[in-house]
Amino acid sequence: MATITTTKAPHSAPTAPGTPGWVRWVNDHRKWLFAAPAMTFVAALLVFPLAWTGYLSLTDAEGSVRAESEFVGVENYLDVLSDTERFWPAVGRTVTFTGVALLFEVVLGMAIALLLWRPFKGQKWVRVAILMPLVATPVAVGMMWRLIFDPNIGLANQALGWVGIGPQPWLAGQHTALPTTIFIDVWQWTPMVALILLAGLTSLSDEPQEAARIDGASTWQRFRHVTLPLLMPTLTVAILLRGIDALKTFDILYATKGRGGGSFHEVETLNVYAYGLSFDYNDYGVSSTVLILFFLIIIGAMWALTARRKEAQR
Amino acid sequence: MRRRSIFGTSLAVVAAMSLSACGGGGDGGGGASTTVRVTLANHVWTENVKQALPAFEKQTGLKVEITQLGEDQLSDQYNVKLNAGSSDIDVMMYRPLQEGRLFAKNTYLDDLSDQVKSNATWDFSDFQAGPVEATTHEGKPVGVPIITEQEVLYYRKDLLAKAGLSAPPKTLDELKAAAAKIKAAEPDIAGFVARTGKSPAVTQFSSFLYSFGGDFVDGSGKAAVNSDAAKQAFAYYGGLIKDSGPANVSTDMGWPEAMAIFTQGKAAFYTEANSLYKNATDPAKSKVSDQVGFAPFPAGPSGSKPYNIPSWALGINSSSENQANAWKFIEWATSKEQTLAQQKSGVPGARSSVWANPESTSTFPKDLVEAIAASTKAGVGHDRPLVVKVAEAREIVGQPIVDAITGKDAAAAADTANAAFQKFLDDEAK
Repeated sequence: MATITTTKAPHSAPTAPGTPGWVRWVNDHRKWLFAAPAMTFVAALLVFPLAWTGYLSLTDAEGSVRAESEFVGVENYLDVLSDTERFWPAVGRTVTFTGVALLFEVVLGMAIALLLWRPFKGQKWVRVAILMPLVATPVAVGMMWRLIFDPNIGLANQALGWVGIGPQPWLAGQHTALPTTIFIDVWQWTPMVALILLAGLTSLSDEPQEAARIDGASTWQRFRHVTLPLLMPTLTVAILLRGIDALKTFDILYATKGRGGGSFHEVETLNVYAYGLSFDYNDYGVSSTVLILFFLIIIGAMWALTARRKEAQR
Repeated sequence: MRRRSIFGTSLAVVAAMSLSACGGGGDGGGGASTTVRVTLANHVWTENVKQALPAFEKQTGLKVEITQLGEDQLSDQYNVKLNAGSSDIDVMMYRPLQEGRLFAKNTYLDDLSDQVKSNATWDFSDFQAGPVEATTHEGKPVGVPIITEQEVLYYRKDLLAKAGLSAPPKTLDELKAAAAKIKAAEPDIAGFVARTGKSPAVTQFSSFLYSFGGDFVDGSGKAAVNSDAAKQAFAYYGGLIKDSGPANVSTDMGWPEAMAIFTQGKAAFYTEANSLYKNATDPAKSKVSDQVGFAPFPAGPSGSKPYNIPSWALGINSSSENQANAWKFIEWATSKEQTLAQQKSGVPGARSSVWANPESTSTFPKDLVEAIAASTKAGVGHDRPLVVKVAEAREIVGQPIVDAITGKDAAAAADTANAAFQKFLDDEAK
């Protein structure tokens, strides 16, 4: 046995001569050993379900996942991708819902963050009030708005009546349902975007602002050319977090319009569609296919956003 | 659950799978436990059972653990747990017409052939034939029907009197005329209200379909939702809601929404299952409790043909390790005494001997008893297509209903729906 311990890697601590082999092995591999529980956890809770869903998507599993199912290859994928009745409209709604909601949330969130940026009297209370929607359960929020937007006895139409505007269908209308759910989503999640952006704003240093002010830049010029570029990394994080969350919105849609996103699938996004395939139709094969495709869409969107973020940081 | 995401949904399915891998063992640890785990839906029946439970527990020494869920949650729960072969449900309350075929096909439900014969005083032959048929799979009983339903006409006595009508409408034509008359006289009040959601409306629409002479499938098993009778029924039902229904009517109403409009005093006529009548006559829930009347389902061209179905039954989970005690619970809950007690508190049961006992209907409104008697005579034994994947079929055959309500061409929608339904039937027959 060698008497001199060679240091294999820089992270390995020097070991005294004569230490048993296993101790040295543990020393050499400790970064893996410490990470092992977390890695097992991730594998069990992320990789396995994903792999299993991937497998199911290649079978015709239906009725019961315990029932015998046949391997059908990419047949489900071809079926789903050529489905212009439910799948593609659901993709369209998912993109519309996410895009429009995100746009409003970022613009409004930015406005609120800028308002709260500089200290003023009663700021604490304003912050609490703005955060209220954020702490409510989405399902409860959906139920609440469903009552408010009830076309016959709801508060929204009563309020419109006071100012002389006729009743609106809101959630009940085939073409107004999706915009109404977007409104609910904006109502609930704008505070979160505002919170993230506010955190970003308060961490900015004052010097560039002062320099710009001395140079005679207007408020808008300072926002456009100083604040916004400095805030870009935070903004991307906010868009990323909220975007992914908006993509997979389920509870608000389910609580307001129920199964299938309403009688005409008015608000049926990919998530609602996949849920219906699993729990209403028991079509586990097709449902898994939709989920895998959805997963790819989310990965794609995330990749596009992070690529942009790196560009912005360059 | 706070939010069910893509991961949530796939996890639920996958969790079910991984559990099934280690199935068989279960968490009971082998041997029957003295705790019977019973999963029940939110229903008057359940409330009554809960009140009677202490007597059962004292008598048998068993402990009953009840899980109570709303219909949709119950359905999801079964989907996950039964798929996983979970043994932590012993007795399950299920809907024979909605999930019965699927559960039986997947062998989630235990074969009860021996149990139903084991006790002569319990008397299985006492159960009405129609409901028993719905809980029988391939000749074997897999469930015991507990609640039956017929569709009846709910109406407002005061509004009828105000409109100068001396009696509730006997035909669908009379119903249409009366609803239009009341709506014209009272702009704030709908002449007629009923379910409008694509899937929820199907069951209540079925009585209209039958009374016009149609059905979901014809005698040879082919899709028949575009028959002349069916087209007339779609146009009638949709037109009635469109013309005489509530202002700004939505196409999402299930029974809670439609019932709310009726009990808020905003509608004159309402067709719905009789088993929900307490919502309308209970002063705590209804503003018009003292003005509600009941009549048999109005007659169409083919007469008055409401559905007459078992809406709920009790079954035993085939993965349960506590089946003997589970049966003890079912035997007690479906006994003549319990059925009588249930019926007296307003839950129509499936036992002939109980119906023959005048005491069982003594608490019902008199006109409701007459309406039920008329319904059971000419009633049809199903209220939705009799298939395995009922939820999917309901969405297909329900489309023309919502199209008609929104003023679209009901006949064209029926043709489209029929083609889709035939394809669905072909797929299922494969």
